Amino acid sequence: MIEIRDIYKAFGSKQVLENIDLVFDRGKTNLIIGQSGSGKTVLMKCLVGLLEVDSGDILFDGSSISAMNYNQRKSLRQEIGMLFQGSALFDSMTVEENVMFPLTMFTNKSFEEKLDRVNFCLKRVDLNNVNKLFPAEISGGMKKRVAIARAIALNPKYLFCDEPNSGLDPLTSIVIDNLIREITKEFQMTTVINTHDMNSVIEIGEKIAFLYHGKLWWQGSNEEILVTNNREINDFVYATELTRRLKK
Amino acid sequence: MGIIRNIFYMIGKYVLLMSRVFARPQKDKVFRRQLMIEIDSLGVDSLGIVAIISVFMGAVVAIQTAYNIDSPWVPTYTVGFTTRQSIILEFSPTIVSLILAGKVGSRIAGEIGTMRVTEQIDALDIMGINSANYLILPKIVAAMVIFPVLVSLSMFLGVFGGYLAAVIKGVISGPNYIFGIQSWFIPYEIFYSLTKTVVFAFIITSVSGFYGYFAHGGALEVGRASTKAVVQSSILIILFNLIITQLMLQ
Ligand SMILES: Nc1ncnc2c1ncn2[C@@H]1O[C@H](COP(=O)(O)OP(=O)(O)OP(=O)(O)O)[C@@H](O)[C@H]1O
Ligand SMILES: [Mg+2]
Repeated sequence: MIEIRDIYKAFGSKQVLENIDLVFDRGKTNLIIGQSGSGKTVLMKCLVGLLEVDSGDILFDGSSISAMNYNQRKSLRQEIGMLFQGSALFDSMTVEENVMFPLTMFTNKSFEEKLDRVNFCLKRVDLNNVNKLFPAEISGGMKKRVAIARAIALNPKYLFCDEPNSGLDPLTSIVIDNLIREITKEFQMTTVINTHDMNSVIEIGEKIAFLYHGKLWWQGSNEEILVTNNREINDFVYATELTRRLKK
Repeated sequence: MGIIRNIFYMIGKYVLLMSRVFARPQKDKVFRRQLMIEIDSLGVDSLGIVAIISVFMGAVVAIQTAYNIDSPWVPTYTVGFTTRQSIILEFSPTIVSLILAGKVGSRIAGEIGTMRVTEQIDALDIMGINSANYLILPKIVAAMVIFPVLVSLSMFLGVFGGYLAAVIKGVISGPNYIFGIQSWFIPYEIFYSLTKTVVFAFIITSVSGFYGYFAHGGALEVGRASTKAVVQSSILIILFNLIITQLMLQ
């Protein structure tokens, strides 16, 4: 469980996040949605510690990160997996080496043990026979899967995904979404996903937080989001001709 | 005023980065492996270009020296002596370092800059790895180890190139040249020269690492960072060449 308590974040005089109070539950796919520029990425970077908040606090299963020292933060990071928008695979390493990397850095397992874990993770994301390929030799959807495999290699408690569907076709998007939901359930992780893809919202939005100009405007489930009367939500959900027609 | 403030800002940022670079690596075994890879790609890959440049440089220096001291009062072995001095004191350490600044500097800035803009550095940070240390330290150490080897080789080949040119052109006999290069040899000069090289190696790798690490944007900015890395490290090499020479050769 991740609790966000009244966080604020500004860049210079520009207030990007204001008064955000949120709880993300374990074993659920939690979504952060909102228009471009609403602060989704900044919020996620604050959560994973790539950015410092100006005020407020974030609690990971009850322990507050503002009270943690350097070493405690470092060990917290090993419980965090993150899927980046562009996959962020290390392009000098093969698929196998990419997934093995966190194991090599943070465990003292033997090569065989590590390889077992790598193959388990790759199999979990439905990838076979790609161990020796380099990131440049596989498709965008496959890169996303490898990135998921790398993110779960250390068995993290928390999984963060920044726009997991960007640049993927609708079918592959759904496959990736479902994969994220399945592993969230299977490994009982607290998963937070940044998206502006309405398909994902409907498919896997167990809990949805809607950001509007840096404020938490609305929260609810994928059932509720379709019937709310909130104007900004409706503008967002029914932005396209297709969805407007479906509503009728 | 703005420029001066900017320079101090950059220096501060550079020093802060270096304080993160010089930390204990997460895993010694991984560090040793990275170090070997970098020694190979920074050093062994540069052997060819260093060899070619050195032979030709030595040849030109020898011919020019012969041309300049074309007088019956000056013994011909002076050509050997002067060529050796020029090569050891200046040409090998400085010219080779400048060439390596272009070759190695742009490579490092390009590699690390690309990792920055494709979020690979963020991925390292998220895992709890000190990305500055993991990426930059092996390159700095590798260069400081291998550049002196390259420069020593360059000295040898430069003097050899001078021998070829002088003897083939017939300005001086082989034994005379050999006698020249053995005259008034001061080992301290080699020490001075290799000290310069180690400092230049540090400048090239740390400055290029700095520009790559703080690149942002896309491919265009990575290209720009590479260019800046080469220009800045070349300027710093020239500057430190003067400083070290002032300090060490009195
Ligand atoms: N490092 C930064 N410095 C200054 N301003 C920033 C920085 N990062 C983000 N911002 C600003 O914060 C605001 C929110 O940006 P953010 O990247 O969080 O948007 P987003 O909701 O993720 O948008 P998108 O859907 O396009 O990814 C933007 O106005 C952006 O300009
Ligand atoms: Mg974003």
